[in-house]
Amino acid sequence: MWPLSSTIEFSLATELAIALVLGIGFGVALERAGFGSARRLTAVFYLHDMAVTKVMFTAVVTTMVGLFALSTLGLLDLGELYVESTNLLAQGIGGLLFGAGFLIGGYCPGTSVAAIASGRKDAVLFALGMLAGVYAYAAFTPQLDDWYKATSLGELTLPALTGVGMGWWTLAFIVALLVAAWGMSRIEGRARREPGRRAGA
Amino acid sequence: MNTFTQPRPATGEHGLGTAIARPVMNPYLAGILLGLVLLATYLVTGRGLGATAGFAALATWLTGLVSPESVQSSLVHRKYWNEGAPLLNWTLFLLCGAFIGAAVSAWQARRFAIVTERGPRISDGQRLALAFAGGFIAACGAKLAKGCTSGQALTGSSILNAGSLLFLLAVFVAGFGLAHLVRKEWV
Repeated sequence: MWPLSSTIEFSLATELAIALVLGIGFGVALERAGFGSARRLTAVFYLHDMAVTKVMFTAVVTTMVGLFALSTLGLLDLGELYVESTNLLAQGIGGLLFGAGFLIGGYCPGTSVAAIASGRKDAVLFALGMLAGVYAYAAFTPQLDDWYKATSLGELTLPALTGVGMGWWTLAFIVALLVAAWGMSRIEGRARREPGRRAGA
Repeated sequence: MNTFTQPRPATGEHGLGTAIARPVMNPYLAGILLGLVLLATYLVTGRGLGATAGFAALATWLTGLVSPESVQSSLVHRKYWNEGAPLLNWTLFLLCGAFIGAAVSAWQARRFAIVTERGPRISDGQRLALAFAGGFIAACGAKLAKGCTSGQALTGSSILNAGSLLFLLAVFVAGFGLAHLVRKEWV
């Protein structure tokens, strides 16, 4: 019965070895997607290349389908999976800040590692900025963690919130992905037909 | 977009790896690959992927080298202190693996290049300063939201976590909303 962590007590060394192996897969996937490049990552915000949204949306739907299928077959206990507590203000404001940092910095934390491995100097600076940022957060705003807990809504998933089961949500996400794929190909087609917009006057 | 399948670092000085880069993978296939890695992570560990926690562990370790007292005085640092072994952090090992995987993949696809990525209208120095500033802002956002693109947007969304989906939405609202302001940096 999956997840393995619910039945096996891994030693620290085993856990870290698992992290390293999964990390290799993570790095290969990011690099193959072309995410070792800040220009490719930020092109989505100028509607020139929608690879970021295509890859992320497809990854989310792939995992969702896998989780739903395995739990339906009785192979996976969804209740054993970790769900981060929801705090609408924290995820809303944090997401806005993060999006601004992503656009200005050109990377997100995971892709900056893939980009450093691809030789990008700006990714090294992004990673150093990340280190300074987490340091500043730890040094100056430790009380935010208490605020997060005090105002958290606890574990909150869409099925719990709406009463609509995970299967229906999975189906909705598949349909949304297909519609989005069609829309994104139209957007990219327009960017190709109007190269003047790319020069960006 | 076809132009991106050609060697991309078209601006900035060229260093190593200016040989013809191989085209990147079809984004939908790459998404399936990424999704399978995330699914495998869930099935083995019961948790998904992450990245910011690795940076946090590294920052705590560095802080401990300089001033052990400030580690003990911060709740956040104490969370990553791990009884004096902050480097034995699961997410940090994941990032080490990611570095190895991406390095091999970039080398194999001839995409390795020592360059500064930027648009044609700013200098390398400006771009490097903005990269640092962006990393700083992104880290603060990720700490506040308890996750980044990996931990919230991918991992949380795939299990339909309401907060994660809100985070994902907010990231793109900010990115599209501010894109015009920093247009010079990229196009």
